[in-house]
Amino acid sequence: MKVLVPVKRVIDYNVKARVKADGSGVDLANVKMSMNPFDEIAVEEAIRLKEKGAASEVVAVSIGVKQAAETLRTALAMGADRAILVVAADDLHTDIEPLAVAKILKAVVEAEQPGLVIAGKQAIDNDMNATGQMLAALLGWSQAAFASKLEIDGDAARVTREVDGGLQTIEVKLPAIVTADLRLNEPRYASLPNIMKAKKKPLDEKTAADYGVDVTPRLEIMSTREPEGRSAGIKVGSVDELVGKLKEAGVI
Amino acid sequence: MAVLLLGEVTNGALNRDATGKAVAALKGLGDVTVLCAGASAQAAGEAAATIEGVARVLVAEDPLYGHRLAEPAAALLVGLAGDYDHIAAPATTDAKNIMPRVAALLDVMVIPDVSAVIDASTFERPIYAGNAIQTVKSSDAKKVMTIRVASFDAAGEGGPAPVEAIAAGDNPGLSAWLNDEVAQSDRPELTSAGRVVSGGRGVGSKEQFAIIEALADKLGAAVGASRAAVDSGYAPNDWQVGQTGKVVAPELYVAIGISGAIQHLAGMKDSKVIVAINKDEEAPIFQIADYGLVGDLFTTVPELTEKL
Repeated sequence: MKVLVPVKRVIDYNVKARVKADGSGVDLANVKMSMNPFDEIAVEEAIRLKEKGAASEVVAVSIGVKQAAETLRTALAMGADRAILVVAADDLHTDIEPLAVAKILKAVVEAEQPGLVIAGKQAIDNDMNATGQMLAALLGWSQAAFASKLEIDGDAARVTREVDGGLQTIEVKLPAIVTADLRLNEPRYASLPNIMKAKKKPLDEKTAADYGVDVTPRLEIMSTREPEGRSAGIKVGSVDELVGKLKEAGVI
Repeated sequence: MAVLLLGEVTNGALNRDATGKAVAALKGLGDVTVLCAGASAQAAGEAAATIEGVARVLVAEDPLYGHRLAEPAAALLVGLAGDYDHIAAPATTDAKNIMPRVAALLDVMVIPDVSAVIDASTFERPIYAGNAIQTVKSSDAKKVMTIRVASFDAAGEGGPAPVEAIAAGDNPGLSAWLNDEVAQSDRPELTSAGRVVSGGRGVGSKEQFAIIEALADKLGAAVGASRAAVDSGYAPNDWQVGQTGKVVAPELYVAIGISGAIQHLAGMKDSKVIVAINKDEEAPIFQIADYGLVGDLFTTVPELTEKL
């Protein structure tokens, strides 16, 4: 079974996003970019399936600017076998909407015929949490979102999902889309020899037009602003003082 | 303009707080019809009918909807979509699973986590873990969205609106429920609680989390946790507050042994009063706390519990 893993190049998890002065968006010029953390978890899960013999090949795909090739090299260094880059934007600040990404991924799925797609549940830039579910809809496949455990059993997958009330375990028919939550696994670091090897692994370059997908956004971004600030209050010196302040504030 | 709102129904019961806040967010856009789906959903439908601003309630009772699987729920919504301009749900994990599927089936973009409704096409939503607020204008014929309920006021009592049973939709037959692991608790529900006490990595162990729980119980509060505490196994996943966990905005939020990573702040910084207890006086949580107490949580928290 082939496993397809979509990965996104996003602002690094440790970098604080800053809104551009003209309100046009978040400033990404000269900012450290990395693989979306949830996508790292997805790549790791796919590699583990291959190591267990449940998957035969892991294909990473990224849709965005050409610099996303670096993100794909990271996936290859972790252990993916090959990669597909779909260039869909020229400007670093262009975010391709999940619907357009899902349409491109649908075309990639039709060409590659994977038995399973593992995606990160959410990108930490637009916080949409949508691409996996949208891809499942377009393909007419089952979906298991927010996975914390994944087991392949013949032509089905048993997936434990993190939900508001706790955990839910479902069985989905394969092929299916699984989206990775935080506790599915702890992704490995790529070793230096594997980083070197990754440079020789195949990376195909395509464009959105190759798949006939229009990536024009449906949501026009009118403005981007900083949230209302919250300033530091006071430090209290003792529990008694804290209790007094909370009583004054009327919250206890 | 007409709005179809998927009510949050779990095991036959309506989450009135989340559903009501979503109604409050949307009622300015037109008549709100609430859909309650479940293996049993009649009682939930009758509860939804008493939310102020609800014009009509549809009840779809079928075992197919008993476990909130995305495929049948999305098929049901898509079947009803023709009559509505807005199709929405409170931004729970169920809705985040279902609504993008609905949107893609309708060939429209989903608008997740709406925190303000500007007009029928224009909405605000937080991005980058709440470090920026974006205003987006949808050009789609139908708007499919989820509502960040912590950003809206609770709905009052109204109605009762008429309740109408509807037939179940198709069964896509793609997935099956196996089991739920749901902790039973007498504490308030985290996202609607008026007070929340949360513990972080500093609490140190699952056993020591009892200190956090004791304070919560004294305050009648819900218990929350940082990602670090959940990842370390100190607290269950459904307690996580933050960018990818729950978003809360209680009257009182007490953060204990939590450093205050931006991903955690994203889930609680709209709380009315924030208290931070941490031994590290440089912890970022103090930059947003109204009242900060620098000290050892293992002595200060039991003392606080005793003195309340």
